[in-house]
Amino acid sequence: MENVNITINGMPLSVPANYTILEAARLAGIEIPTLCHMKGKNEIGACRICVVEVERARSLVAACVMPVSEGMVIKTNSPKVMQSRKMTVELLLSNHNRSCLQCVRSGNCELQTLAYEFGVEDAGCFDGVKTESVEDKSAAHLIRDNSKCILCRRCVAACKTQTAVIGANNRGFDSAIGSCFNMDLNDVACISCGQCINVCPTGALRERDDTQKVFDAINDPTKHVVIQTAPAVRAALGEEFGMEIGTNVEGKMVAALRRLGFDKVFDTDFAADLTIMEEATEFLDRVQNGGTLPLITSCSPGWIRYCEQFYPDMIDNLSSCKSPQQMFGAVIKTYYAEKNGIDPKDIFSVSVMPCTAKKYEIARDDQSAAGVPDLDATITTRELARMIKKARIQFTKLPDEEYDNPLGADTGAAVIFGVTGGVMEAALRTAVDTLTGKDNENYEFTEVRGLEGVKEATYNVNGLEVNVAVASGADNAKKVLDAVKNGEKNYHFIEIMGCPGGCINGGGQPIHTQSEWATIDIKALRAKALYDQDKSMAIRKSHKNPMIKTIYDEYFEKPGSHKAHKILHTSYKAQTNTIK
Amino acid sequence: MLKKISSLPFNGTPEQEAQLVKFIDGIRTQQGCLMPIMQEAQSIYGYLPLEVQQIIARELEISVEEVYGISTFYAQFALSPKGKYNISVCLGTACYVKGAQALVDRITQILGIGPDECTADGMFSLEACRCIGACGLAPVLTVNDDVYGRLVEKDVDDIIKKYQ
Repeated sequence: MENVNITINGMPLSVPANYTILEAARLAGIEIPTLCHMKGKNEIGACRICVVEVERARSLVAACVMPVSEGMVIKTNSPKVMQSRKMTVELLLSNHNRSCLQCVRSGNCELQTLAYEFGVEDAGCFDGVKTESVEDKSAAHLIRDNSKCILCRRCVAACKTQTAVIGANNRGFDSAIGSCFNMDLNDVACISCGQCINVCPTGALRERDDTQKVFDAINDPTKHVVIQTAPAVRAALGEEFGMEIGTNVEGKMVAALRRLGFDKVFDTDFAADLTIMEEATEFLDRVQNGGTLPLITSCSPGWIRYCEQFYPDMIDNLSSCKSPQQMFGAVIKTYYAEKNGIDPKDIFSVSVMPCTAKKYEIARDDQSAAGVPDLDATITTRELARMIKKARIQFTKLPDEEYDNPLGADTGAAVIFGVTGGVMEAALRTAVDTLTGKDNENYEFTEVRGLEGVKEATYNVNGLEVNVAVASGADNAKKVLDAVKNGEKNYHFIEIMGCPGGCINGGGQPIHTQSEWATIDIKALRAKALYDQDKSMAIRKSHKNPMIKTIYDEYFEKPGSHKAHKILHTSYKAQTNTIK
Repeated sequence: MLKKISSLPFNGTPEQEAQLVKFIDGIRTQQGCLMPIMQEAQSIYGYLPLEVQQIIARELEISVEEVYGISTFYAQFALSPKGKYNISVCLGTACYVKGAQALVDRITQILGIGPDECTADGMFSLEACRCIGACGLAPVLTVNDDVYGRLVEKDVDDIIKKYQ
């Protein structure tokens, strides 16, 4: 790409000709503010916050969509620009529910930040009639409060590649983000992925906060409160405390959970290893006994909800394995309860997940191995951070601590569950060893790594040819499933995760501004934290986890046993009544 | 203004659906085909209820929300059916000052429907429109293609009776 010469605030600059003014200004060390812009996803120039002055242009132009051209002279901070941006924010604030003190996004709100930076003195200077709205609390995982919506449409763009169940409805002052025919989110084909929350610049979209439930349980002396942490949480939690993106904070997280008062701090990784044992067994059984293929993973409740709504005819392809969270919950209330002589009814089982769909999952049918729900509450990475802050625990100063045993033991295979391709790689590590009867040394399946939406590979294991595919995000799941249904592809095993990039980019992960997303490869850094941990571990295959051997010896007999099926597996049903 | 969403049951026929699908088949590969499809659907069904928007969404492999957003943006699309007789009362300036609102209120009283609604038997629908260019006859209403002018409130009763 050739360069063009432009001038920004009097400085001459040579920039690639395909840059927008926004990107060119970054090269000059100027971050033009934006609200609606999402690089590559929502480039609509709607919010007018990014306006700049361009010489000989009729009016101010939107820097996020205006391409540079030879000889362009740009001013990014002239009085005219500053005045316009400030007034735009003031107008947005005039139709905004300014309950900032109580807002979950206070301190992490892009509108609040701009109001402060632009020097808005009277947030109510343009106050008048406000657009009426009602909170949508129908969904298990999120709450929509349109009184805080600025109509930037970032959530719409995020949902577009998922199931596109939200959009801008009506026009003018009545414009509102919502679902068709004023339906609640629970009536349409939402998969609870929470990607919309992650991109919301304000507090209009937030996860359903379950932290009080957890505090209450901790303070209830009759409850034995157990928490499990998903792999992707450790790769992102530090961001909430100003730590560098991609820092693995496993040890500090465990320390913080102890200080919050949990009786036991366990690692979901253990159940990830258990999942691999069950799923690899299920896969080999289907291959050898002519079962339904391809087998598709079932760890991601967003994906499960997608499958049940959009591909009900492929439910038989789903692994019957519960997700690691649910397996862990089931093990806690059966094996762990029996072994420690605790009544399952007295256990309060919590998980911390990068995921909002887990809030939906814990209330699903057939998830109560001990006659009580496998999980009692699930909180997101963000909610855990909120709990830690509320308890005034100085996270960054904590020592690194270890998980409690025996259910804290894990492997490298389990750690990488948190990233797209990780479940597949973990399964392959175990399947190859099982089929060859050897402890194979080449167990890094790098073909299924990386953040591309769809990945494929073919492996020859002991004469058996295995075609695998990995997809993340609903649009990519659709591509893969359609290819299977049309007979274009002959896969044997498919891993699907509901969120783009997998759990590291789950809907419950720390929120970043769009300028951070545009300039930092956040997903790759979080993924690297997990792959680095995998590499550093002594045991990197699920079937080598000593606690896995113990639990099968003591309790489940063998993978796929009757008892394992009763406790560790679940069922699915078509959901055909939601509006797509 | 927010559009009224009809709560009347959908009475579409398989023939109507086949007609719509045939139209979609002829145009689906064209960029920007959604608007003409929605216009055609409205001309077939008279309005765009959920069931019709679902047909369009299914055929184009898009979500209903994408269709719905457009149907609520443009004034030309209706979410409530038109009756066999569509009563349109002009609320333009001249008609309004000559008492058109009283006509609307009287119709609502007789038929039990407000603007953008349709009677349960499908006979009458009511809409408020802007100036139809007959200010000399203000206040004016039309029933389908019939124009009635220089009205007073009680004239409404006889007009409706003519069509019942």
